[in-house]
Amino acid sequence: MTAGTPVAPAPSAPAATRRRVRLTAGRRKHGRRVLINVVGLLVFAVMVFPVYWMVSTAFKHGQDILAYKPEWIPLDATLANFSDAIHRAYFWDAVKNSLIIVSSVVGLSLVLAFLAALALAKFRFYGLKAFIVIIIVVQMVPLNALIIPLYISFSGVHLTNTLLGVIVTYMTFVLPFAVWTLRGFLHGVPKELEEAAMVDGSTRFGAFARILLPLVGPGLVATAIFAFIQAWNEFIIAYVFLSDPHRQTLGVWLAYFTTQRGTDWGPLMAGATLTALPVVIFFLLVHRRIAFGLTAGAVRG
Amino acid sequence: MSERFPAVPAPAAELLPPRPRRRFRADRIAGRLVPYGLVVPAAAVICAVLGYPLYLLGKLSLEKYDLEQVLTRKGVWVGAANYTKVLGDSEFWHVVGRTLIFTTVNVSLTMVLGTLIALLLAALGRFMRLLLTTGLVLVWAMPVVVSVNIWLWMVDYEFGVANWTLSHLGLGSFRHHDWFVNPWSGWGVITAVVVWGALPFVAITIYAGLTQVPEELVEAAAIDGAGGWRVFRDITFPILKPIFIILTSLSIIWDFQVFNQVWLMRDQRPTSDYYLMSVYSFVESFKISHYGLGSAIALIMVATMLVVSFVYVRQMVKLGEVR
Repeated sequence: MTAGTPVAPAPSAPAATRRRVRLTAGRRKHGRRVLINVVGLLVFAVMVFPVYWMVSTAFKHGQDILAYKPEWIPLDATLANFSDAIHRAYFWDAVKNSLIIVSSVVGLSLVLAFLAALALAKFRFYGLKAFIVIIIVVQMVPLNALIIPLYISFSGVHLTNTLLGVIVTYMTFVLPFAVWTLRGFLHGVPKELEEAAMVDGSTRFGAFARILLPLVGPGLVATAIFAFIQAWNEFIIAYVFLSDPHRQTLGVWLAYFTTQRGTDWGPLMAGATLTALPVVIFFLLVHRRIAFGLTAGAVRG
Repeated sequence: MSERFPAVPAPAAELLPPRPRRRFRADRIAGRLVPYGLVVPAAAVICAVLGYPLYLLGKLSLEKYDLEQVLTRKGVWVGAANYTKVLGDSEFWHVVGRTLIFTTVNVSLTMVLGTLIALLLAALGRFMRLLLTTGLVLVWAMPVVVSVNIWLWMVDYEFGVANWTLSHLGLGSFRHHDWFVNPWSGWGVITAVVVWGALPFVAITIYAGLTQVPEELVEAAAIDGAGGWRVFRDITFPILKPIFIILTSLSIIWDFQVFNQVWLMRDQRPTSDYYLMSVYSFVESFKISHYGLGSAIALIMVATMLVVSFVYVRQMVKLGEVR
């Protein structure tokens, strides 16, 4: 739909034609708007449908799930699938393990990343650039390629089948991004603010605690949630490292859901919904920061 | 965000004559060490958990490391034997070709569709944009194990919603159609999962970039009679080029090493029709305990990725220097 330039003939045209031109232009604009909205709805439907299908299946009765004709909306919803899922073997073990792993990864990587980001943003030192390059390159190392040596060296020091091994590994993969993001936030704090605090008799540490920390608060939150999501969603490391069912994370628990008798789709979708829920909540809180964080300043150059 | 140049005031401060007060010297040396102290913990962890395994990967790839060596924890040096074996294996080249095609198709689909959705987001009104963004974020948040299971359920051969819908759209009978019998349609499903999961990040990032394109430029071009495509090609795209470069290289890196989707969709025991390089390396090492051979394949992957990441790293360093 090329809109041409409907305004061009207007000046010389008589009043009636002019009005008609304006009318069609208006109608065409309106039509365009409707079209865009329809396309928007369509894209929304296609993207969200799989998620909807998971949630709605989780609330359906067994006979409605195993029916050739799909039940589009579960009118008489049931919680039976959820109760089935959480009473399956190892579910609560998995929840506990996931929580331990995630909270340790978030806590540890935040502290380490914040310290390193402080050095990158507020100091100039020999090796600064090299460290920045390492931080970026490390993000590119394919995790899957490292799983063999990681497994062999961790089993050498008896860290396989322990949560600690998984925690340390996740932390390493979260750190580069966390350092990079926090560095961006710390850059945004004007030096004058810190200096003002120091002139007022505050020590460097005092200035840090009272001025810097509150200002980068949002950055810390965003980074924490990024670490949370990474650690919660990771699969292959946990899958290879934690072979003992008591030690598995929710993701691995879900992957072993299928039974020999065939898949129990209802409880599986309920389990999947429960696994996804925490991430969805946190994601809705911070997605904007993550998108901007990765490419922050990309356009300004 | 105000652009400042911290480099400007800094030299001025250093040019001041050093104050001859002795007791500060020790302080100043200690001050010099502060940044190193701050960086060391993070750097140490990265070296231990990334640097050492990377070295070990290289070492393993030159060794025979089978079940026997796993027990004794000592590999047997074989030189380049693993590499000659892998590179001389026609199966390996099949897998390489498949991986390259898979990566190309997935990256292209992700980038093109992601750009279209981003442009759509920019054209939508406020309410619809919020709705679509929320939907995208919802998809983005799905853990890979979850999304694989959702798609497996949708294409289930007996009760899957896909078969019913396609049959009722008059596209032929899909009743009891198993999508994974024919590898081409199986790869189609895997591609759908990968692209579906990757789209939100790409679309939202490009949209974030679009909002930073100066409106005057677009308006001026529109007044000069440029259509939508011209505006995109001559204004939007050049301005957003850094973002496109970063996203494309990230997508290549991610899609090249896809593993989880294939592994989980094929019930954790894929047939060789469903091997990508990552899967091949994993099967070689963890299923049949040829860790040396698996490492050689993994190292070939790392080397390939290094070439791609070079482009990405250069772009990021450029941006880092701008600050």
